[in-house]
Amino acid sequence: MSDAGRIIALTVNGAAVSVAAGTTVAAAVMIAGALTRRSVAGEPRGPLCGMGICFECRVTIDGIPHQRSCQILCAPGMSVSTAGLPTP
Amino acid sequence: MKDSFDILVVGAGPAGIAAAVSAAACGKRVGLVDDNPAAGGQIWRSGGEVPDDAQRWIAMLEASSVARLQGWRVFDAPRSGVLHAERGDGECGELCYKNLILATGARERFLPFPGWTLPNVMGAGGLDALVRGGVPIAGKRVVVAGTGPLLLAVAAHLKRHGARIVAVCEQAPLSRLVRFASRLLGEPAKLRQGAEYRIAIRGARYLTGCWIVAAHGRDRVESVRLRQGSKQWDVACDFVGCGFHLVPNIELPALLGCRIDHGFVSVDDSMQTSVPGVYCVGEPTGIGGVELAVLEGEIAGRAAAGRADEARKHAQRRRGKLGFLRALQEVCTLDPQLRSLPTADTRICRCEDVRLVSLDGHNTWRDAKLQTRCGMGPCQGRVCGPATEFLFGWRVESVRPPIFPALVSSLGSACEADGLQQNSAPQGASPAFEKETL
Repeated sequence: MSDAGRIIALTVNGAAVSVAAGTTVAAAVMIAGALTRRSVAGEPRGPLCGMGICFECRVTIDGIPHQRSCQILCAPGMSVSTAGLPTP
Repeated sequence: MKDSFDILVVGAGPAGIAAAVSAAACGKRVGLVDDNPAAGGQIWRSGGEVPDDAQRWIAMLEASSVARLQGWRVFDAPRSGVLHAERGDGECGELCYKNLILATGARERFLPFPGWTLPNVMGAGGLDALVRGGVPIAGKRVVVAGTGPLLLAVAAHLKRHGARIVAVCEQAPLSRLVRFASRLLGEPAKLRQGAEYRIAIRGARYLTGCWIVAAHGRDRVESVRLRQGSKQWDVACDFVGCGFHLVPNIELPALLGCRIDHGFVSVDDSMQTSVPGVYCVGEPTGIGGVELAVLEGEIAGRAAAGRADEARKHAQRRRGKLGFLRALQEVCTLDPQLRSLPTADTRICRCEDVRLVSLDGHNTWRDAKLQTRCGMGPCQGRVCGPATEFLFGWRVESVRPPIFPALVSSLGSACEADGLQQNSAPQGASPAFEKETL
């Protein structure tokens, strides 16, 4: 792939994150130390299936909610927000 | 977006790629629709090592005339010869076909245990897919657990990425694994691959008749408790990959009215389902692995293109490979003790946070769904359905559209070409809608 090794800059919950081209949004969220979502009872959740069927990885991307972050590749300038805030 | 094809293939894993390439080689106009960012499906997912076979088939796909719709998810089959699909950005597509080949693949079976909802507890294949998608794993302590040959493949791949494999826990007893290996004597390539995986993870503990009874941690998994026979102990870890073999994705075949037998799509020798002109290949017809999936794709691609003679030649080879499917099914038989893993407080339905205790007194999937919201969230029971099938013997009875949550703007006539303008400003998915579809 010609763009392998290229670095992509995006934000996760407002914080700047840099990832290699080909990285999924789910991976960027984990690299940023954020959780993808909280469950209806408020529990922290992260990706489970890695293939777009469990919906545990859903986040808001550029204002569009409920995007399955494991199925979407990071793009330059992307703004990702999650219901699970970063934890130390 | 609207397009028409002689042959439309749903799913770009090994079976779908083989079907699309084979059909296109017969001179047909072929479309290949898939919801991942790149072709390859799960087992040929890019990122990290990709087997030679995968590279060969993907190169053939790229050199072919197949029209590729990558990143599109099929959510409805409103009438014969038409599928509706949606892209992540909300664009909707109407895909018309004369013949249809379903290569919808399989997902992992997840079984609930205390702590299985903690972040960093994932499927075995799920963890592998996420690492291929860029999750850093070097130096991380990983426990791989569940059942099936996938566990060793995942552990070996993660180790090559620098993971510290703490333990691989296979629920099947050693005696059954030995029997499985002896049935593979006629398939030296598979035996060799298994041995290579085993060598790759030397140094890690490979435990049989062993499983996770609980995961612990605050915001993420920090340790798991393992049980083997009467022994129980805790191991610290950063990630857990836990999957109990595979369940076929039969939602679309079921929606189209294809006959389902014991959870799998029924097909004839040419891979045609009970619905004329609709073919099904790969794991939905039986969990048989990648070689069988490719062969089935080659059969269906030719049969759907009207080359019955060529298809028949491959069909003979297919019958010779069904032994592996049966051996796999036997070795992955789940230990009944796994039914007692969840405690009263364990979440069975992750989407709606339905606890085991809430399911007390319900006797069917439909009853539990109506009374407790189990299976009513966005995954539509894809995770808890197979779990309750094992735990309680429940059967997921009906499939209704949309088979994946879709935007309100994508539903019904909005998919028609003249309705596309309405889709330019997505107003959020419609969790309320699929909750109404029982």
